[in-house]
Amino acid sequence: MRPQDVFQTLKNTLVEQFDLDPEKITPEARLYEDLDLDSIDAVDMIIKLQEMTGRKVSPEDFKSVRTVADVQQVIERLLADEPTLPGT
Amino acid sequence: MPRRVVITGCGGVTALGHDWESIAASLRTNRSGVVRMQEWEKLDDLGSKLAAPVAPYKLPPQYDRKVLRSMAPVAVMSTRASELALEDAGLIGDPILKSGKTGIAYGACAGGAEATMAFGRMGEHRSLRGLTSNTYVQMMSHTGAVNIGLFFGITGRVIPSTSACTYGSQGIGFAYETSKHGQQTVMIAGGAEELSMGPTAVFDTLFAASRRNDAPTTTPRPFDKHRDGLVIGEGAATLILEDLEHAQARGARIHAEVVGFGTNSDGAHITQPQMETMARVMELALEDAGLPASAIGYVNAHGTATDRGDVAESIATQQVFGNKIPFSSLKGHFGHTLGACGSLEAWLSIEMMRAGWFAPTLNLEEVDPACAELDYLMGQTRPLQTEHLISNNFAFGGINTALIFKRWT
Repeated sequence: MRPQDVFQTLKNTLVEQFDLDPEKITPEARLYEDLDLDSIDAVDMIIKLQEMTGRKVSPEDFKSVRTVADVQQVIERLLADEPTLPGT
Repeated sequence: MPRRVVITGCGGVTALGHDWESIAASLRTNRSGVVRMQEWEKLDDLGSKLAAPVAPYKLPPQYDRKVLRSMAPVAVMSTRASELALEDAGLIGDPILKSGKTGIAYGACAGGAEATMAFGRMGEHRSLRGLTSNTYVQMMSHTGAVNIGLFFGITGRVIPSTSACTYGSQGIGFAYETSKHGQQTVMIAGGAEELSMGPTAVFDTLFAASRRNDAPTTTPRPFDKHRDGLVIGEGAATLILEDLEHAQARGARIHAEVVGFGTNSDGAHITQPQMETMARVMELALEDAGLPASAIGYVNAHGTATDRGDVAESIATQQVFGNKIPFSSLKGHFGHTLGACGSLEAWLSIEMMRAGWFAPTLNLEEVDPACAELDYLMGQTRPLQTEHLISNNFAFGGINTALIFKRWT
């Protein structure tokens, strides 16, 4: 997946999953402050990313995530690894 | 010194409308909420394809994503019914709700069916796929109670439970006792049940679900000679119980007073009702109210239209109140709404007492000779003035409840 495709897929996922205004989803947008997500939303986002990438996501991968661009970086890092989940 | 406890708000989401005026119109015209469920046709071995689903209802905009994410349909109905009841009580936005002096006693048979199935698939597919952060909170049996609490910012005690067909009534009873002893000033009490094939399958397996699939509005037929079992219904109903002094101080409109509650258990058989303990629970409520049986002018029956339940209930009722007592069940109209029926029937009985008429048991045409002689309300509404009524409910495992309400004049 190219970087711009990753961003677009992530944006679509956030819009669909959290009922967000697409215009608000910029690389700089902060997840908690600007997009009004909270800790259990973060859990659901991780579950979704696992489905998207076919890789098991550990909470450590997400520790320093603050913005949409940070999430995009995590996805790109995951995609560079071998798939770890069965059937994906 | 025990406090007097009154009802200052009622609300519900039902098969026959979401306010008393619409429901009253249906009761007066003998309208049934039972339909044949098209989507159940795919289950070949399910004999009963009938149910009484709630009529469509719209949610106000405050039910946004964050509110709804932790809610299965059962919790949405519980919360909406409670919102309607709090509006009726004039308590929306009142500081008492967040003060710690308001509590909740609310229940259902179970949490959300979809969420429960997600956990079931985990075993079948050997994968956690499909589980989210909210699957458990939608499935847990106290999902309705806590979602009501979150929605209104309630900080008092929560008495959640699941006692199947008696939680709606136990919720009111436990709320009454909590306010009576001064532990809380206001209680949000009731029960709810969302529709799924599961409960119908439970009774179908026991040969206790109606199979009149081609004539949905003629069943269930409580106490009728030709009854063939129950029909599961859907809904939620909430009563707001309040300390009398508090209600009067704020000038609240009072619907009725809760004067008696009894609950006991059979300790005998997991599904067979026991008429001795059923009669005893009615006496317990009378003792709690300090009233003789002759003070009661109407009995709202559980009346599920099962073979044994109706017979046992009618005999128990006659034993306590004699053979002249006016008696009817609302299950013919709404089906058996399980966790909701106790509070739904209490709410509508109170409204009927205020209105001065009571609905007949819908579909009761010929009383089963095995049932005891009583003044069965049949065919049409009966004008009837009474100062007190009793509402009875009985659940699997042998849990019995009786609630006595006094007309407020």
